[in-house]
Formats: sequence, structure tokens, C-alpha cells
Amino acid sequence: MNLLTKKLSKTDLIGVVVLSAIILVLFPTVFSIFRLNLIGKYLTYAFVGVSLVLLWGNGGILSLGQGVFFGLGGYCMAMFLKLEASDPIATKIQTTPGIPDFMDWNQITKLPLFWLPFKSLTFTILAILLVPAFFAFIIGVAMFKRRVGGVYFAIITQAVALILSVLIVGQQGLTGGINGITDLKTMHGWDIRSDSAKYILYYANGVLLIGCVVFTRWVLSTKFGMLLLALREKEDRVRFSGYDVANFKTLAFCMSAVMCAIGGAMFTLQVGFMSPSFVGITPSIEMVIYTAVGGRMSVVGAVFGTLLVNFAKTFFSEQYPDLWLFLMGGTFIGVVMLFPDGLAGLFERFGKPFLARMTSGKASPKKNDEPTVAVAAALESGGKHG
Amino acid sequence: MSLNEIGSMVAMQGFSGLSLFTVLLLMALGLAIIFGQMGVINMAHGEFMAIGAYVVYLFSQLTQNYAPGLREVYFVPAVVAAFFVAAAVGYVVEVLLIRRLYKRPLDTLLATWGLSLAMQQFFRSFINPKEVSAELPEWLLGAFNPTPSIQVPRNGIFVMGLTILVTIGVYTLMLKSRWGVRIRATTQNRVMSSAVGINTDRVDRFTFALGCGIAGLAGAAFTTIGSTGPTSGSLYIVDTFLVVVFGGAANLIGTIASAFSIAQAQSLLEFFLTSAMAKVLTLLTIIIILMIRPQGLFTTKVRT
Repeated sequence: MNLLTKKLSKTDLIGVVVLSAIILVLFPTVFSIFRLNLIGKYLTYAFVGVSLVLLWGNGGILSLGQGVFFGLGGYCMAMFLKLEASDPIATKIQTTPGIPDFMDWNQITKLPLFWLPFKSLTFTILAILLVPAFFAFIIGVAMFKRRVGGVYFAIITQAVALILSVLIVGQQGLTGGINGITDLKTMHGWDIRSDSAKYILYYANGVLLIGCVVFTRWVLSTKFGMLLLALREKEDRVRFSGYDVANFKTLAFCMSAVMCAIGGAMFTLQVGFMSPSFVGITPSIEMVIYTAVGGRMSVVGAVFGTLLVNFAKTFFSEQYPDLWLFLMGGTFIGVVMLFPDGLAGLFERFGKPFLARMTSGKASPKKNDEPTVAVAAALESGGKHG
Repeated sequence: MSLNEIGSMVAMQGFSGLSLFTVLLLMALGLAIIFGQMGVINMAHGEFMAIGAYVVYLFSQLTQNYAPGLREVYFVPAVVAAFFVAAAVGYVVEVLLIRRLYKRPLDTLLATWGLSLAMQQFFRSFINPKEVSAELPEWLLGAFNPTPSIQVPRNGIFVMGLTILVTIGVYTLMLKSRWGVRIRATTQNRVMSSAVGINTDRVDRFTFALGCGIAGLAGAAFTTIGSTGPTSGSLYIVDTFLVVVFGGAANLIGTIASAFSIAQAQSLLEFFLTSAMAKVLTLLTIIIILMIRPQGLFTTKVRT
């Protein structure tokens, strides 16, 4: 098992280098800034994809509420930017100048208390990291300490996603409602809508994403990562060996939440708005499919999966809008039934032997992590009521 | 507001809670069989409900165009057809998809979510992208007034009756019939059941079809209350899962009790708050209760 991890991290290192080259060199040279901005948006979803590799692929914990954390991060950033965009001079035609426009439309005359600290950038950045971590901690402790796992955890996180999106839509005066927080312009006076800012944000996003990829890879190679894998395979045995399983699960859940939140904040910066349509159940489950397409065990694969699904989505929903949902549905079914290891699995099976033959001439089809996935799947059913 | 008026208000709000209750309960009964008994997370359950609703709509269109004289009676065969069409689709889905995924519950969730997306698009492309509603027979329209200030809609009474019938049916089938014994035996111990001669594959297929058929009935009931759109079913799916989990996954009495309390809580809160806040509060309460009592309200003691 230990050998396997070492082997994986070596191949993943090459993967990380290739990924960095594609994100930081290839895309910026090939695409115009408009397309690049779009890719930047997709890459913010990849944060969620990577977080799910940690949580679901390796930990066996399927959260259908990752949109919640993506949204929390995005909303924190959006609140800061919105406050800056609604200074008293820019909003002097409002009944109450100096508050966000949607509050004015909803007859709110004073900035709500929880918006006040978001005037500070330092606080905002801390909030982006800590608020989702705090929520994940609460949910994690409450669920895992009582040994709620598997299917039930998925259903409950899904309900949390529903609650948050309904809450945001329902509290229009405080959150901007269904339209979300729009018209974001500057960050400390720096115009985030200019082309140069878009380039800088794209690179910042790329570097952060690669940072998350490397971090996740590192976490998975530590003893903690080993334990995650072990408790996915047979939770009870880990517990009987004296480990407090709930703490490890909670930690993994918090880490994944923070990654999602960074993605959400970068989304707001690059796209210029945040809305409840990125918080609810549909986006949360859609993000799971990015990971599944990329290969649930592969960190780098998750990024490629995200890009592939989103390219396909953009192409098909522009050209054949009717076909897209059929294709999306088919992808869900096909990936689960035929390619449970996703792109990474296909690469392991066909790409690697091919590369090996090309480079050295001696083909050596290596045993990869596939068996563990199959074993995990088989074991998962055994512990479904456990 | 006099005391009498408040009383009538509570009674009518309570009745609107009852119609939510019936839809939730019919959905949840199907899901309690599929999820509670078989352990399959069927995210497309809402779409099976939509199938039922569309079957009733189709019958209503056909009667309107070809046999207007049958308007008063078409509804009953339409409800029966809704059950069988949804069950047939469920049977096919089980054979093609679910059967291969019993050992991977979380993957079933993803696959059936994909199925639900495809089914929604199917409704949109081939039936109608907008909401449709069936032409209801005369005897389902209007209201029944027990006192001058209380109005009870007739469709509500019909749906209530249907729900009670289905509930008794499911209860008898699951707990009193030989088939129910086979279903419960299979879910408790598959290997042992097949060793004593139960054809577990066949039991799985029919159980899944039965659950989907009941969802179809929920859809048929739903047409008397509201109009049906491609995404109507998906609006109820999370609530339905919570009803089943909250009630204690494999427990029919629990399912009824939890559907009742969730529906009543939501519609009573709607009277005081906006409907969004009522929903938030209800769901939040359920989640908090589930955190304290993860096994749900009622549990069936099973030795495994």
C-alpha cells in the first residue's frame, strides 16, 4: 500500500507539471482574454472538484453541499466588493446613499450589522477562509460524532444546500435575492473589470488552484491521507485500531470547505457577481460530476474533468441547447456505470502503457489504484447501515 | 378577529397543510420502499411522479379531443394508468441501470440524478416545456362547506381518500402479504433469502417498480392540486428524502408521522412568515432533530 502511494505521487508530480504548463502557459497564449476569463471561471469550479477528490474519492464521504461553501466564499467576497461599489457618491440618487442598491430597493435604510465588518479587506479574506471552515466544522462534528455517514450524510448536506439557497433567495433585502450581488466594480480602487485585471486574476486563480492541487496531493501522501483511505475502505477497523474517526472526517470536510470557498471568492472576482444559482443543489451535484468525470481518485484528473465538462457544456448549450441535458444526464450514468475511474482511469489503462512504449520501447502495463476503487465500492455497500 | 374566525383560519390552513401532506406522503411511501427498504437512492423519484401527472394530462387531452362525453369518468382509469406507466418505466430502469449498482449506493445517487436530468429534458422536448394542467371532471371542482366560514376543496378530499387507500394498500402489502415478507427478507439478508428459494432479482425488480408506481400515483394526485411542469417533481425530491429519513428509513408509521408533521409545520409557519422562511425553518428544524437523533423518529429494531 505504501509503495502504491509513493508511485502515485511520482506520476502525479508529472501531472501537476503538465497541468501548470497548460493553465499558466498554453491557455493564456492560445485564447483571447474573453475566452481566458471564461476558462478562469471554469477553473474556480475545479477547486470544488479537487476538494471532492480529497473528501469523496479518498475519504468516501460524498457531500452534496459543496455549493454551500463555494457560495459562502463567493458571497463574502461579493459583500466586500459591493460595499466598495456602493460608496455614498456613486449611490447618491438612492433614498439612502451608501448602502447597496438592492437594499435601497427593498426599503432598507441602514446597513445590516453583519455587513459592517465586510468593509475591511483583511476581515473579508479571513471570513472567506474561516466562515466555511466553521460551518463545515459544525456540520462535521454533529454528523460524524453520531456516526451519520454515507448516504445519510449526502442527503443532509443536500438539504443544507437547499436551505441556504432558499434563505438567500428569500431574504432579498439582505442578500440581493435571486439576482444575487451584482455590479461589482473595484477592489481597493483597482478596477477588476479591465483586461489587465482579468489577466492578473486569471494567473492568481491558476496559481491558487495549482497550490490546492499540490496541497491535496501532499495531504493524501501523509499519514492522514492514508487514514482517510483506510476509513473509506473499512471505517470500523480504523475505529477499532484506536483512531477517532469522526475527527479525521471533520478535518477532511473542513479542508474541502476552505478549498471550495477560495474557488467561490475567485469566482466572484473574475465573473463580477455572485448569485444563489451557485449555491443550491443543482450546482452542488453538478460539481460532483466534474470530479467523477476526471476520476474521483485523481487530483489532477478533477481539474481536467471540470474543464472538459464545462467546455462541453458551453459548446452544446450554445449549439444544441436541447441536447445538452440529455448529454449531461448520459454522462452521469455513463461515468458511473462504465468508467468509475473517469479520465484518470482511462489514462492509467491506455495512456500510460502507450507513453511507456513511446519513450522506452518496453511496455509495462502497471497495476494502478483501480482495484482499490472497486474494493471500496464493494465494501461501501456492506457498511451502508453502519 | 373573533375566536371563531381564528378557528376557521387554523382549520383552513391546516387543510392546506393536509394537501401538502398527501403529496409528500404519497411520494414518501414510494421512496420509503425504494430507499428505506432497498437502500437505493433514487434521485429521479420526482420525475416518476411527473410521469404519473403527465399520464393523467394525456388522458385528459385524449378525452377532450376524442370523447368529450367521458369527461366525468376518465379520471379514474387515468389514475390507474398513471400507476402502471410509472411502474413500467421503473421496471425498465431497474433492469438497465439500478440492478448493476446495488453495491454502490452513492453511485446510484449520481446515476439516478443523471437519469432525472435526462427525463426532465424529455418532458421538455417531447411533451411541453411549459406547465400543463389536466381538465378536471366536474365532481372534483368546487368546495364543500361544513360551516359558512370553512371551505374544504373537493379535490383535497379526493386526494386524501386516495392517499388513505394507497397507505393501507402499502401497509398490507409490506407487512401482511407473502410478497412483503419476501421483500423484507431480501433487504435484510440477500444471500440467505436466495438460499431459501426467494428469487431476489425478481423481488428487486418488482419492488422498485412498485415504488415508482406509487410515485406515479402521487403525480396523479398532484394534478388535482396544481399544474405540472418538467421540473415539478424535482421540487419535492429533497423534502421527500427528508420525510423518509426523518421518519426512520424503514418504518411506514414513521413515514406517515414525519410527512404529517413536516407538512403541517410548513403550512402553519407559512401563515406567519413568508413561504421561503417557513421552508427554511422547517428544514432547519428537521436537520437539527436529525443531528440529535440520526436514526429518525421511529426505528425498526433489526438484528443484522
